[in-house]
Amino acid sequence: MQTVKALDLYPGDLRWIIEYDPARCTMCGSCVAQCTQNAIEVRMMRQDLTVSRAAQPDPEPSHLARPVIRQKTDIEHLCVGCGFCQKVCPNDAIRPVRNPDQRLPLLARGHGPIKRGGRTELNSQRTLDAIVVGRISQMTDPSLDSERHTFDVRAPLGRVLPSRELPLKVENGRLVKTGTTPPVNWIYPLIFSDMSIGALSTRAWEAVALAVAYLNEECALPVRMSSGEGGMPIRLLESDQLKYFIIQIASGHFGWDRIIKALPRMKSDPAGVLIKIGQGAKPGDGGLLPASKVAPHIQAIRGVPRSTLHSPPNHQGLYSIEESVQKMHLSLNAAFGFRVPVAIKCAASGSSVSVYNNLLRDPYKICGGFFLDGIQGGTGAANEVSLDHTGHPIVSKLRECYLAAVQQGLQGQIPLWAGGGVGLTGNAAADAFKMICLGANGVFCGKILIQLLGCVGNEHGRCNSCSNGRCPNGICSQDPRLVARLDVDKGAQNIVDYVLAFDSELRKLMAPVGNSSLPVGRSDALVSTDRAIAEKLGIAYAC
Amino acid sequence: MCRIGSIKSRTPIGPSTALELMIPQQEGHDNSGYAMVMQDLFGVFADFKDKPLLSAACNAEGAALIDEYMEERHFSLLYSWTPRPDARPGLDIRAMPRYLFCVYDYPPEYRDMSMEKKGEIMLDVRLALRRLLDARESGYVYSFWPDVLTLKEIGDPRDIAAYFRLWDPDCPLRARNIVTQCRQNTNYAIVRYAAHPFFLQGYTLCANGENTFYTKNREFQKSLHRGYIGFESDSQCFLYSLHYVLHEMKWPLPYYKHVITPLPFAEIDRREDRDVLNLIRETLAHLEINGPNTIIAMLPDGRMITCCDSKKLRPVVVGRTDDMLAISSEVCGLNAIMPDRDTSGDIYPDEREIIVIDNELRVQRCRQ
Repeated sequence: MQTVKALDLYPGDLRWIIEYDPARCTMCGSCVAQCTQNAIEVRMMRQDLTVSRAAQPDPEPSHLARPVIRQKTDIEHLCVGCGFCQKVCPNDAIRPVRNPDQRLPLLARGHGPIKRGGRTELNSQRTLDAIVVGRISQMTDPSLDSERHTFDVRAPLGRVLPSRELPLKVENGRLVKTGTTPPVNWIYPLIFSDMSIGALSTRAWEAVALAVAYLNEECALPVRMSSGEGGMPIRLLESDQLKYFIIQIASGHFGWDRIIKALPRMKSDPAGVLIKIGQGAKPGDGGLLPASKVAPHIQAIRGVPRSTLHSPPNHQGLYSIEESVQKMHLSLNAAFGFRVPVAIKCAASGSSVSVYNNLLRDPYKICGGFFLDGIQGGTGAANEVSLDHTGHPIVSKLRECYLAAVQQGLQGQIPLWAGGGVGLTGNAAADAFKMICLGANGVFCGKILIQLLGCVGNEHGRCNSCSNGRCPNGICSQDPRLVARLDVDKGAQNIVDYVLAFDSELRKLMAPVGNSSLPVGRSDALVSTDRAIAEKLGIAYAC
Repeated sequence: MCRIGSIKSRTPIGPSTALELMIPQQEGHDNSGYAMVMQDLFGVFADFKDKPLLSAACNAEGAALIDEYMEERHFSLLYSWTPRPDARPGLDIRAMPRYLFCVYDYPPEYRDMSMEKKGEIMLDVRLALRRLLDARESGYVYSFWPDVLTLKEIGDPRDIAAYFRLWDPDCPLRARNIVTQCRQNTNYAIVRYAAHPFFLQGYTLCANGENTFYTKNREFQKSLHRGYIGFESDSQCFLYSLHYVLHEMKWPLPYYKHVITPLPFAEIDRREDRDVLNLIRETLAHLEINGPNTIIAMLPDGRMITCCDSKKLRPVVVGRTDDMLAISSEVCGLNAIMPDRDTSGDIYPDEREIIVIDNELRVQRCRQ
């Protein structure tokens, strides 16, 4: 019996197997040239063929050495199933095929923990799909007309004071304001969230930013975008368009030296400041930008040398919520003259309600928003063990936070923004509507935006190579050759079109329940077809 | 759909006028009940205008509980009017065994107390009585307030009126103000507390429509004030918001409209008072109403108001003569009680105004 080296890898061990048909291959080489993972190569293959070279049939056996495409089998050059080889092949000769018998989780840890981007692949349950908008206006009250009636689709960002604490007095039969109140911005209930320059290519970030500007200036939708923890271009910081952005600060403080220096030259205030404490995709773990993505322009904007950038899991120096409020909230509020709401983003967790209660009861009344990020949120780079095995589903945690506020009569005072899986199935408006009915003031989303730019990553192990700088779309890469693949204008247009559809769909959901403004906390509008979900969320069960 | 109405008259009127206002509108209600709140009382209560009047319906046990409690609190009974029911067979009414309309004198220690303080105590007394009677399922306590009488019952309003002899020309119940409605709640369980009008510390309100923000209103109001209880009907939320804006916050009346149907953000941005309007919208976002609604309310000082939802999805009309003014869901009701009025003076309020009628029957249209 022939000997075989049992530990040698072959395509059958890998997650994706390249299916290649030499009979259709025109040997153009495009597939090999484009493969960002360098997962395929040209090799010579000996073939025994019967060929006929004469004008009439004259078959004769022939031994040929022909160039063919072969899949590499080393772990450094894995096919990630992005399908770009199929996309460029002029003759349908090649495509990746998912391999159900893969052994990758056993093989890929040779150099330490598996790192990747994207979302959790283990916890893709869809609570929101077991919830239906079930309280439709029929007879007792009319449904509205989503095309004809006007709708007021805005959500607050900023600390809302209880009515009894408002500085108002009556003068000549009218109320007048006699003091200052925390800033509150009423914005569109969909925030583009937290993807940094660095995690994204500058061009991809620019495409998202372009879409935001267009939505505000041409479509009258006040959509806001969070910068992510990676700074912002100086020209944008000093432009009027800064008002469309929420500047994020996380534990690495990346980019903040430039932001602080730009403060005196800012023409307008940003829409908010978001303190990132945690992220749903990898709670308890800091940010991660591998050295392969820290290109010179990223070094410049973040003010760092070329090295893998780890944000610490905690803000160093903050040891309690009280400290956080006093130090970060107050200093950031002060930095912008108390004109800009300062909000906080935490990963959904067993302790979220405690955190929210603490913020609600903070005597300074200074937290301008609680962003709660669930386990299905995406990331540009994380250890897979964090992505798949840590975190908390967003829906029940959002509901618990809202109901905790209700119980104390404090609902609405710190706006609740929920994210982590919004638009997981592509239907962000339905997800948003249900979250709002459960108590969210608005939602935030990130992954779906890069999917609109062309990202093909998914929750079934496709691509998700955002972490290694070899994104086939040039979205999560700083390699100029890859970035050139991205059509910024078309990408921005895709996002704009999607948000316009989102807006129409949101109205299509508000109209049948008879609401012309957002039904925040209107849980009676929902029913669940799953008894456990209904019970957990306190909504009606229907079957 | 419900029908609601109210009458404000210079000369005191009896409940029959209110019934005449409502009965022509019966296509829109189902004649399943009758409820009214009278304020500025004449007739048998004319001499007790400054003394709290308890309106309750109960059984014998409930009556005993009330007597016992009021005695404990040192409220002394000054006058009690008991209806003499017409118990002939065939009347469609689910009558309670006892109807109490009792005027009390304040305990001696309250006599120098401010009306505001007394108002808090009267509310506490009503809530305590309600809890007592609820616990023993022995009756309903509707109002406990000076110069205010509440009557609610389940059945055909004509028969209810016959039972209480309200059709009688010398019916002893007379008032300058009546707010009324002829239908039991149909969305929720039929309980007497769910029948409009609702009453709280001098504020009376009835509504026609569906408050689709009931859940968010209720969840917020529950912790706003001890008197915001029950929620047997989504329309109670309108009363509690009215009470909160005027009685608790002490904001001028026009701001009630800004709370329940705030202007769109785009409109607020164009207003000079946008800072105030934004603050109100932010802080009381959970008191916003949605869905089709018309509201008729009566304030402690006797003024009546009416307003609609932000899209005017429910009707209301205001008509008047020199001596009387009425608010009604349908104009046929006005035609029944004021056939000779000048109909060109009828007002059909729009979605962005509150109509306010003062005690001199002057009508003010307050733009939002």
